[in-house]
Amino acid sequence: MATKVSPKGMTRRQLLARATVAGASFVVGSGFVAARNAAWATELTAISPTAFATLVQMARDIYPHDKIEDQYYVIAVKGYDTAETAPEIAMGVSALDAAARGKGFASYLYTSWEDDRVRILRGMEESPFFQKVRGGLVTGLYNQKAIWPVFGYEGESYSKGGYINRGFDDIDWL
Amino acid sequence: MVAKFELSDDSVVVIIGTGAGGGVLANELAQKGVKVVALEAGGRYLPEDYINDEWDSFGQLAWTEPRTTSGDWRVSKDFSGLPAWIVKAVGGTSIHWAGASLRFQEHEFKAKTHYGDVDGANLLDWPIDPAELAPYYDKAEAKLGVTRTGGRPGLPGSNNFKVLEKGAKALGYKEVNTGHMAINSVEYDDRMACQQTGFCFQGCKWGAKWSSAYTDIPRGEATGNLEVRDHSHVARIVHDDKGRASGVEYFDQDGNLQMQKAKIVCVAGNSIESPRVLLNSHSSMFPDGLANSSGQVGRNYMRHTTGSVYGVFDKPVRMWRGTTMAGIIRDESRHDPSRGFVGGYELETLSLGLPFMAAFLDPGSWGREFTSALDDYENMAGMWIVGEDMPQETNRITLNHGVKDAYGLPVANVNYTDHPNDRAMRDHAYARGKAIYEAVGATRTLPTPPYPSTHNLGTNRMSERPRDGVVNMHGQAHDVPNLFVSDGSQFTTGASENPTLTIVALAIRQADFISNEMSKGNI
Ligand SMILES: Cc1cc2nc3c(=O)[nH]c(=O)nc-3n(C[C@H](O)[C@H](O)[C@H](O)COP(=O)(O)OP(=O)(O)OC[C@H]3O[C@@H](n4cnc5c(N)ncnc54)[C@H](O)[C@@H]3O)c2cc1C
Ligand code: SF4
Repeated sequence: MATKVSPKGMTRRQLLARATVAGASFVVGSGFVAARNAAWATELTAISPTAFATLVQMARDIYPHDKIEDQYYVIAVKGYDTAETAPEIAMGVSALDAAARGKGFASYLYTSWEDDRVRILRGMEESPFFQKVRGGLVTGLYNQKAIWPVFGYEGESYSKGGYINRGFDDIDWL
Repeated sequence: MVAKFELSDDSVVVIIGTGAGGGVLANELAQKGVKVVALEAGGRYLPEDYINDEWDSFGQLAWTEPRTTSGDWRVSKDFSGLPAWIVKAVGGTSIHWAGASLRFQEHEFKAKTHYGDVDGANLLDWPIDPAELAPYYDKAEAKLGVTRTGGRPGLPGSNNFKVLEKGAKALGYKEVNTGHMAINSVEYDDRMACQQTGFCFQGCKWGAKWSSAYTDIPRGEATGNLEVRDHSHVARIVHDDKGRASGVEYFDQDGNLQMQKAKIVCVAGNSIESPRVLLNSHSSMFPDGLANSSGQVGRNYMRHTTGSVYGVFDKPVRMWRGTTMAGIIRDESRHDPSRGFVGGYELETLSLGLPFMAAFLDPGSWGREFTSALDDYENMAGMWIVGEDMPQETNRITLNHGVKDAYGLPVANVNYTDHPNDRAMRDHAYARGKAIYEAVGATRTLPTPPYPSTHNLGTNRMSERPRDGVVNMHGQAHDVPNLFVSDGSQFTTGASENPTLTIVALAIRQADFISNEMSKGNI
């Protein structure tokens, strides 16, 4: 489905122009995946762009946080883009697509509604592929310091002198 | 002047492990002029090295060598390779611990007498008179600088505590305060007061919390009687033809097998590694492992009946700010079988940072039910249940010959299944926790399953009669007079309190016993 043009040396705009569309929110080209609104794009080395886009969608469906942008889910699963893991991911994504087709959808990415996708995932949550992706996300997603502010979490505090003068007991609504 | 002893020096006491038990014993003996070699598998880390980041700190300090699990506890499914959260470093788990320091109650030392026969439980009374231990508790509290004891003031209440306190009072609980904590509320013993950084589990960068890593160990070394060898992983204890311990074989930092001769050997590797070392020390004279004629080595593994309750509110709590565990409700720690179980439990404040919360809130779960809870992280308050679990013979540490560590030694398998009493207690505690937070207006409460064990107890237990346990009232092996157990594995029962104050009190007491026996020429 993808064109045979290498994305190397092209601008993001050119990249997007060359892309073929997959699913609702991703632009998939040869060797890269991008957000529809061009908020982010990532180059891939081993994994197919469609498989990677599927993985990103799956990551969001597993741990959906509406205030967290896709780019953080991309970072969370980017580690699978290696020659070593790509075949396993490809197989997992095929199984996911097969499960989607079994429910009457063209593929996982072309399953428009979250509810339907979650139902597909529920059907395979015991599989090693699902468990691997979910388990990896626990640290891959939540250990990204950049998303901590979304949850209010303040992280390291020693360098700021702790909270002794910064609100450890400031609750005012009790 | 740090001591250096020869491998061939057979006049030394060799201590295996330098945590709460081993670290204190090493210093106490050194202060009395006894020569000590302490062998520690981990490296050295001091407050300046500790990291205010949950996973990075875990990577720095935790024992991550392989272990396996079995039994129907949920940890075995969720964290099959990580049954326990234990530190591997000079100072041991006293680097990670939260500092809650409570004395056991009198009836808890006599569990069998007070609880009677409980089906499936291997209950026994401690062979210690609580009155005899009391002065050692005084010494332990002074050493650790425990707040609300010895005239030391309590810590100030954090946001998380204030929520707990208000809910507890609304339910009529009376014994509610900021705890007995080995955390300085004011400067004490050359350590500064708590700065409320909120990373107590990651090692206190201010040194406000007691840890043997930067108190007992350096003080022991300063006497010139203590040599601590880090990166020294003990493989086995060897004995002479009379069946007395004669030395300890260990792998040094370069992976070479060494043998340190010993007059006395003390095992303090925490309740999974201590029985593993004894079992791995089997010989033709002791085919089932050292000190194991009773078959009790590794059995009666206890981990406390635990669980957490998190309450979600419509406004911020920011529970991560301030001390992790300075808050307690003690009313439920009484023995009152009318609640449907024997023994009792404490409720203590607890907070996890976002990364650990994601990992431990409901391991394995996913989807919006899970993420909507995390979305309210800022508005959460948390508490931890610590209750007495029943010793069971089948809950035990065994050698897993199918899995070997980096040195080729069989690893420990941890088998644990809740006793019906444990389940009844946990359900009771969950319901009370929920009611406490609802009384303050929680819009949602979440029961969280037990984490990998932080309290590991009972696997070399004290008993009056040799056939019922592994060591006597001094922690001295029934079978081998110059072999001691010096950590929580000597606990006969677990009580409802966090264990470390008792581990420390027993270590101080054991140091008295060992040095007296040595000077009398008895060992
Ligand atoms: C997160 C957390 C919070 C806690 N909070 C509290 C609390 O608030 N209150 C409380 O009372 N308790 C608390 N605890 C429990 C407390 O840390 C332990 O009870 C205590 O540290 C146990 O002391 P120990 O001497 O038995 O073992 P440890 O302190 O674990 O020390 C054992 C040492 O032995 C070493 N070792 C093991 N095997 C070998 C070997 N073969 N060769 C050489 N060395 C070896 C280990 O590396 C380790 O350093 C907490 C624990 C954790 C993890
Ligand atoms: S909250 Fe207090 S005791 Fe805990 S790490 Fe910070 S300074 Fe140390």
